[in-house]
Amino acid sequence: MSILLDETTRVIVQGFTGDKGTFHAREMIAYGTNVVGGVTPGKGGTTHLDRPVFNTVKEAVANTGAAASLILVPAPFCADAIMEAADAGIRLVVTITDGVPAQDMIRVKRYLWRYSKERRTTLIGPNCAGIISAGRAMMGIMPGHIYTRGSVGVVTRSGTLGYEAAAQMQQLGIGITTSAGIGGDPINGSSFVDMLALFEQDPETEVVMMIGEIGGPQEADAALFVKQQMAKPVVGYVAGLTAPKGRRMGHAGAIISAFGDTAAEKAEIMRSAGLVVAPSPAELGATVARALARQPAGPVMVER
Amino acid sequence: MDIHEYQAKELLSGFGVPVPRGGVAYSAEQAVYRASEVGGTRWVVKAQIHSGARGKAGGVKLCTTDADVRQAAKDLLGKTLVTVQTGAEGLPVHRLLVEQALPIARELYVGLVLDRKRERIVVVAHPHGGMEIEEIAQREPAAILREEVEPAVGMQGFQARELAFGLGLEPPQVSQAVTAILGAYRAFRELDATMVEINPLVVTQDGHVLALDVKMSFDDNAMFRRPNVAELRDYAQEDPREAEAAEHGLNYVALDGDIGCIINGAGLAMATMDMIKHAGGEPANFLDIGGGASPDRVAAAFRLVLSDKKVRAILVNVFAGINRCDWVAQGVIQAVREVHVPVPLVVRLAGTNVTEGRRILADSGLPILTADTLAEAAARVVAARDRAGAGAGVA
Repeated sequence: MSILLDETTRVIVQGFTGDKGTFHAREMIAYGTNVVGGVTPGKGGTTHLDRPVFNTVKEAVANTGAAASLILVPAPFCADAIMEAADAGIRLVVTITDGVPAQDMIRVKRYLWRYSKERRTTLIGPNCAGIISAGRAMMGIMPGHIYTRGSVGVVTRSGTLGYEAAAQMQQLGIGITTSAGIGGDPINGSSFVDMLALFEQDPETEVVMMIGEIGGPQEADAALFVKQQMAKPVVGYVAGLTAPKGRRMGHAGAIISAFGDTAAEKAEIMRSAGLVVAPSPAELGATVARALARQPAGPVMVER
Repeated sequence: MDIHEYQAKELLSGFGVPVPRGGVAYSAEQAVYRASEVGGTRWVVKAQIHSGARGKAGGVKLCTTDADVRQAAKDLLGKTLVTVQTGAEGLPVHRLLVEQALPIARELYVGLVLDRKRERIVVVAHPHGGMEIEEIAQREPAAILREEVEPAVGMQGFQARELAFGLGLEPPQVSQAVTAILGAYRAFRELDATMVEINPLVVTQDGHVLALDVKMSFDDNAMFRRPNVAELRDYAQEDPREAEAAEHGLNYVALDGDIGCIINGAGLAMATMDMIKHAGGEPANFLDIGGGASPDRVAAAFRLVLSDKKVRAILVNVFAGINRCDWVAQGVIQAVREVHVPVPLVVRLAGTNVTEGRRILADSGLPILTADTLAEAAARVVAARDRAGAGAGVA
């Protein structure tokens, strides 16, 4: 098992025929992802990478049965593309694009809520590396070869720090079920809590690693969720212990943000919620290894 | 992106928010002229910098004669103001706002901000404006009035009325405050702001409600569709290196240490800085070169890092996803040949095409130290910095 994505998931790419869309669609196909077509308005009816191109997401869904979409359109058109996918019934949207305006994301999030839970879209990103179910399928821009199939779920705000964690685990012979990059933007699609809830339900995932950053309330929310609703061990890390407090204007930000914005505060909140916090970013893999070793099931088998 | 108080007042005024009469001045002569334009016998001359708390730093002067205005302008222009919000280096004063001074009966606080937790715009208010608002929020959070704006329909009149009555205003002032609050909300929404703060919103002794001081910040990601806001950017208020970095698609923040950092991805950059500290060093900067780092961009990164004379060693840490290690290695070599690098250089590459990348570095014949892991990279750069001692490094 894995979360959200496997080799059977029918995937389309929005922004399919652009440079980035072409490059990453090719990589995804090479990794084993079931890419069934793409959308570029105005190029419907043509073929790209041996797959059909459609003008609208609705047409793509009707003709291919697509259930997931990777969005690589430029930031000014991103909100529109996400809402189009949601309206067409796409269940999983992964948005790689960075630079999406915050108020566009407010609108997008509000729009997604208009659908009933049964058909609501899960949005990953924007401004993320995407999601990979190791050895099965990827929707994203990560280097696939650093992910070995195994039993650790990873959720991270940072793309490259997520790679770092995967590579350290691979070095120690530890594999991954799914790694999800939720993105670093102030307002993003899925939160740490959304991903943790899925990992808790996934029978193959035994330990979860969450990698946070400074700023925002999501890590503290996640720590509370781990404490109250998770049985599986969670290893945490927050980058930015040395980051200086930013210059700022006015008081409004400080009034609404409570304790828990800095890396040190977040790490403290995680520890007090029962997470094992990696002592340094060079020990992400080693900390996961210790958590796995403590699991009652004993040593974990890793397919390599 | 931040703008000046006088610019924010002009923008808000366009959305119906009442502000005092006044105007910008770049010289003492202009300041005196502005005062005569505004009329009356009492003016305030306010230093325009991208910071609050200017009054306590001596940046706001009350004047009653032309000579006062001229002297205040002369005192402030060209000065560097240090406030509790600017950091120790302060910000330069090149512009002034000359405004009518008003007899004030009450000072209130109104702020609009993006609430990341609730994922919507929230309006906060308090019956006591001024500097102490953060302490009040900490001490008695329940005293802060709060209205969340439903994104599908926008802020409603009743919400602004609840705030205005909650602030304890009399009926004649309530309708004025509602106009101000709804105007500030529309400006926030339509100009892609991330923060609008009216502190204080005042009631004058003759019963008028006015935005006496305002601050606005904007979403950099949305400036492509707000050219009228984007053009208000004042580069003199920004760190010149940060501004230059932005032009090259780099994200740079100067810090106090002596180990220069060139890294891809903000999270990995922060983690690498943490690791340097863990190994006994201090990072000189945060620098994210982003995805698709071309040789030109890598060269620009080296120039930026080396423009900081404190730097005694450099660490390049790239985990290639979209990037390829062989391209990054070529970029590093090209940069080292183009830009004189007088300090030890440690390069750690990982990810796509890593073997090829390491081979290119090894074959270059350049004195580049390499590392395979994050821990090794941090230890090596700290050791190299220590060997380099008092600026005796060669590379």
